[in-house]
Amino acid sequence: MKDSGNDPCAHCEEMMQPYLDHILTEQERVEAEAHLDECEWCRRRYRFEESLRVYVRQAVSEPMPSELKEKLAALRIPLD
Amino acid sequence: MAEDATRIATQARDRVRFEEEALALADQVYRVARHLSGSREDAEELVQETYARAFRSWRSYTPGTNLRAWLLRILTNLNIDRGRRSQRAPQMTPLEANDYYLYDKLSADGDGRPADEERVVERLSQDDIVSALSAVPHDFRDVIVLVDIGDFSYQDAAQILDIPIGTVMSRLHRGRRILKRELADTVLEDMT
Repeated sequence: MKDSGNDPCAHCEEMMQPYLDHILTEQERVEAEAHLDECEWCRRRYRFEESLRVYVRQAVSEPMPSELKEKLAALRIPLD
Repeated sequence: MAEDATRIATQARDRVRFEEEALALADQVYRVARHLSGSREDAEELVQETYARAFRSWRSYTPGTNLRAWLLRILTNLNIDRGRRSQRAPQMTPLEANDYYLYDKLSADGDGRPADEERVVERLSQDDIVSALSAVPHDFRDVIVLVDIGDFSYQDAAQILDIPIGTVMSRLHRGRRILKRELADTVLEDMT
C-alpha cells in the first residue's frame, strides 16, 4: 500500500478500491473501517464508489441483438 | 465397426453439447465484446468470428473448465489481431486522478450541503459513461470490462489477457481512476 503520510483520509482513499474488492488484509480492513466509522467525508466517497460501480455496469450492459443470436446458431457445424 | 460407430456418436453428442453450452453464453460474451471493441458492428463481427473459431476447435476445450473464459480468450486474441492493428495510434499517457476526484467534482456544484451519493451518480448519463469508457486506453479498459462488467475473477482475466495477475490488479486500479477522470471531464464539458 502506498504511504499516504499522516493524512488519515488520504490513506483511507488509497484503501478504497482494495476494500471494495475485498482484498485488504484483515488488519487493513479493520483499520479502514475504524476510520470510516468516524469520518463521514470518506464514508460518503466510499458509498459513491459503490453506487458508481453498479451504475457503470448497468449503463454499459447492452443486450445482444437477436439477429446475432440467429447468425451464431447458423455457424454450428452440421452433423454428418 | 460397432466401436467406430459408438465413438462417432459420442463425439457428435459431445460436440452438440459444446455448441449448445457456448451458444447459451453468447449474451454474456457479447456484453463484454461490445466494450472490448470499438463499436456494435465490430463487436458483432468479433463475436461471430469467435464462435466460428470455437465451433471449429471445440476439441481443444477441456470439459468442466470455464467455457466463458475460454471463449473470451479466443475473442481477445482475435481482437488484438484485427482491430487494434489499425488503431495503433501512439497512446498518450492517460490522465489519472485520485479516487475521490469524480465525487468531489460532481458534488461541488451543490448548495454546500453534502449531496446524496446516489443522486450524484445520477448526474452521469448513460452516454457519458459509454463515451468515457471508450476513451480509456485499451490496456486498462480490457481489464475493467472483464472484471467490473464481465464479472471475471482476476485469475480469469489474467489468463484471458495472458498477463500476470499483479498486472491485472494494477491496471484495474489505475483504469478505474482513468475512467473517473474521463467521466469528470465529460460531465464538466457538458456543463460548460
